[in-house]
Amino acid sequence: MPAFLTHAEYWLAALLLFWGVYGVLASNHLLRKLMAMNIMQVGVIVFFIALAAKSGATAPVVVDVDQSIQASGYVNPLPHALMLTAIVVSVSTTGVALALLIRIQRRYGTLQETTLLERLKR
Amino acid sequence: MSSVMDQLLDQRPLIAVIISLVAAITAPLFSRHPNWREGCTLLAATLKLFVVASMLSAVLSGETPSSASILLPQGLSLHLRADPLGLVFALTAATLWVMTSLYSIGYMRAKDAPRQTGYYTAFAVCLSATTGLAFAGNLLTFFVFYEILTLSTYPLVVHTRTAEARSAGRRYLVYTIGGGQLLLAAIVWTQVVAPGSEFVPGGFLAGRTSDVAMAVGFAAFMLGLGVKAALMPLHGWLPAAMAAPTPVSALLHAVAVVKAGAFGVVRVTGFVFGVDVLRAINADVVLAVAASVTIVVASIRALGERNLKRRLAYSTIGQLSYIVLGSALGTVAALTGAIFHIAAHAFMKIALFFCAGAIHVQVQRNNVDELDGLGKQMPVTLGAFMIGACGLAGIPLLAGFIGKWQIGVGAVEAGYPVFVVVLVVSGLFNIAYFFPIISDAFLKSSPVVGTDARPIITAPLVFSVGIAIMLGLFPDAGFHFYSLARLAASTIVMGPNGGGLP
Amino acid sequence: MTPHLAVLVVVIPLASSLVIPLVGIFSKRAGQTLTLLAHVVTLVLALAMLVRVLAEGSWSYHLGGWMPPWGIEYVVDPLSAGMAVLISGMALLTMVYAAGCLDKRNSRHPGLSEALFLLLTAGLLGIVMTGDMFNLYVFLEISSIAAYALLTSEEGPSLVATFRYLLVGTIAASLYLLGTGYLYALTGTLNMADLGVRLSETGDSMAVVAGVSLVVIGLAVKAAVFPLHGWLPDTYTYAPVAVVGFIGAVMTKVSAYALFRILFFVLDTQPVSGAAVTWLGWLAVVAIVAGSWMALAQTDVRRMLAYSSVGQMGFIVIGFSLGNVPAMVGGLFHLLNHAVMKGCLFLVAGGVRWRTGATTIKAYAGMGRRLPLTMAAFLVAALSMIGLPPTAGFFSKWYLLVGAVEAQAWVVIAAVIISSALSAIYFFRVIEKAFFQTSDEIHPASERTELPGVMLGPVVILAMVVLLLGLLNEPIVTHFVMHALPPNV
Repeated sequence: MPAFLTHAEYWLAALLLFWGVYGVLASNHLLRKLMAMNIMQVGVIVFFIALAAKSGATAPVVVDVDQSIQASGYVNPLPHALMLTAIVVSVSTTGVALALLIRIQRRYGTLQETTLLERLKR
Repeated sequence: MSSVMDQLLDQRPLIAVIISLVAAITAPLFSRHPNWREGCTLLAATLKLFVVASMLSAVLSGETPSSASILLPQGLSLHLRADPLGLVFALTAATLWVMTSLYSIGYMRAKDAPRQTGYYTAFAVCLSATTGLAFAGNLLTFFVFYEILTLSTYPLVVHTRTAEARSAGRRYLVYTIGGGQLLLAAIVWTQVVAPGSEFVPGGFLAGRTSDVAMAVGFAAFMLGLGVKAALMPLHGWLPAAMAAPTPVSALLHAVAVVKAGAFGVVRVTGFVFGVDVLRAINADVVLAVAASVTIVVASIRALGERNLKRRLAYSTIGQLSYIVLGSALGTVAALTGAIFHIAAHAFMKIALFFCAGAIHVQVQRNNVDELDGLGKQMPVTLGAFMIGACGLAGIPLLAGFIGKWQIGVGAVEAGYPVFVVVLVVSGLFNIAYFFPIISDAFLKSSPVVGTDARPIITAPLVFSVGIAIMLGLFPDAGFHFYSLARLAASTIVMGPNGGGLP
Repeated sequence: MTPHLAVLVVVIPLASSLVIPLVGIFSKRAGQTLTLLAHVVTLVLALAMLVRVLAEGSWSYHLGGWMPPWGIEYVVDPLSAGMAVLISGMALLTMVYAAGCLDKRNSRHPGLSEALFLLLTAGLLGIVMTGDMFNLYVFLEISSIAAYALLTSEEGPSLVATFRYLLVGTIAASLYLLGTGYLYALTGTLNMADLGVRLSETGDSMAVVAGVSLVVIGLAVKAAVFPLHGWLPDTYTYAPVAVVGFIGAVMTKVSAYALFRILFFVLDTQPVSGAAVTWLGWLAVVAIVAGSWMALAQTDVRRMLAYSSVGQMGFIVIGFSLGNVPAMVGGLFHLLNHAVMKGCLFLVAGGVRWRTGATTIKAYAGMGRRLPLTMAAFLVAALSMIGLPPTAGFFSKWYLLVGAVEAQAWVVIAAVIISSALSAIYFFRVIEKAFFQTSDEIHPASERTELPGVMLGPVVILAMVVLLLGLLNEPIVTHFVMHALPPNV
């Protein structure tokens, strides 16, 4: 039990990853697939942020310039920076995806995958 | 000045290849002026023959004029070199191109055939490829021209654009490209086992690798080459390809394409593997048996064909395997016979195809049972047919006899007299499937009226047969085919320094 | 100036893509000229980079002056410079081609397609130039997003296909990111060179295996390695004409390059990369045969070309995985060749569709008469795909076969032979229909309606490059490809 608790955030990341992938595969509605994809991306983000965390550490902002900086007192800022980028990427991709979904809806009148496949065949 | 001349003379193999490429380029330029177009083709053909023949004396005295190498992939080069074996093939092809060009002019114009420009262009490229193959100094060069040959003959096979022609073309491509890829694999294997090797009389693979690897490599080569050489059961494309116009069938499928395959077999057995290596892995026996089976089965199949050209196709399949048999047996006599037969069979077969074409043009007959009495109507044509057929059957005093006799001698020397039986049997079959045609033509009366074709069609026909007779009486006359064959055979058996005219 | 080439090659298309829509609002002509200028300048810079690296050796560029391994590093070596030339060259040719077949969107939003195209080019160039794992992810996604936007066409199925590609591609990129995260967690660095050094110190563990696997799988999806290629056929079949010529030719190659870079330059000391390479090799053998087999079954020419691409990616991966010098040379040379050949073929297929509406093999009847030069280019490219001398495809196949025989990989040889025979069949089917059809089967309106010059030019240029690459393969291989090989081969 303790092992699980100390690594709870990793388990969360794993859960989100699998849930996301499962959602993409199993959903019938295209919008849900998109949302599942987002969940998966969030899982990756959580993983990185979990990497950055240190127990008892604070935000990586230097308050007192004179004091010497102990790395263990600050959370690792690099993964945070990376994840900001990743979030931007995720948002952009979602934007493009939503635009596509709007076009699909307009063209075929549905976003249900099964119906869509039938209409595509025609 | 003399060094420039020497340089130029040294490039003769390359020049011979390029001449027909030039013809291929000028033909489309003159597409609206048929006489100019045909004139260019004839001029190129004559020039090519001249250039190839000019190397005769050098080669007979043991030199091998070779062109500069062009480096291609790493470690290998495109290299053209005239040696006795190559010269036999190149001379045959060049001579016959002149004659086929004349014949084509007559035939295509008599039929008012469409797309003649494409025809002459493809023909010219094909001849380039054949010459390149003949003079190839290493396996890669051989392969490059082999594939160019495949590609340039495809448009000729589908020339008439009928459904039958296109189906034949598809079959042709599948067989030849499939075989070509297998050949490529074999060539790559050779390159890895013996990097950068050129053709060496007597082979260069001896001792390089294990017997099993040798056997597999040899099998790959034979399967790859066997497609073009119409070794059974890889022969399926040839009868179908008779859907092409007769001059195409004549030159390509009786001479160039199928001879390229048979020539390749001689090259690989003699100049890559070598006689001793093949004997050590018993490949000689296997190949000889395969050739014999082909000879016999093809002869039997020929009996069953009604269409004259298809019957000739099966005859070709059988005759080509004489060459394969000779190179499998691997003695000086057998090889001499095989190499000589490359030329002899070419002249005889092309005469027969020319006859078939003349008959088609003059009286629109295509089947062997429709030729009653034609001998009286078209005496020159059918007379030539008779002589050509006798030659193929191996009747003495004609060219076909020399090759068969030598192969028979070689079989006995190699210790396998059974193959003499094969030769005799096939000769009997030859008579069986040609004799009725001749007897029907001359002894029955004719329901049609016809005459011999115009001189431009009949002359090449007569000329080919004339050469067949001449080679039968004086094998070494003209282009010294016999000496070349003998020279090539002795270098194969005894190594590069063991050759020499007897 | 010259050290900055590494970053200029990425910055110029990036900056142009932002500026051009603005310019386009005022003057469409100016927008188009600026696009052309941007592509030409990028190509020139890439060529300058290649010349310099072949003459003077590799160099690395530190972005913003920050020292690696903390700063982002761009590495210029013969491989990356060569890829940069390939990408910018294909981009230029395709952009010229696209100018000839503008569709409705362009008139509504002038400059937008060009901007997206430049963004795509910038993204791909960034992938090849960068020496940082996360930076690669960023550029991967930049190019992918631009691609998703560009791949939608007027045809309905393209929307659904692109959406699927979006889902699959984003998941793949996320897997790559996750793998990078693992590797970062193990070593504390994102710099590729530093990563290689530190990983060899950490040794083998499940985390390393997991990290490498995730990275490989992510990139393999993007590179359409069998069996992760499922997104490719639909996407390429329905894509707009010019776009498929570029994306189809180049995008999968860049991902393959990324795989090659990571497996052989970064992780070459790890046993797990050896295992990954072996797995990829076996999958590639299946890909080679399966791709050709599937291509044979198609009636739509574009779909046939798409499946053919799956098979050809197998050739490239096999070249990498066999591990000896000739095989790697073959793989890299084929990467170059296939981009050019396939680019030419897709441009022809798109042009034929644009001109005549024909997409199925049956509809190509008599096309040789209607678009003679275009189909002649198709013929050259097809011969190269089959692997007949003296085209480029023959030589890359030659090197691959030499490598296969040296490695005694008989299965590979058999696969190559089968695939070549199958390719011959499905390409000659089209060639026969186009050139050797009987007169009565030819479309009644069969006057010459050749493609306009702007479209024909790139097609013919690509076909000539195919021939040139074949005839000049020896100098190219000796002076360029051999230098692009990883150091420990």
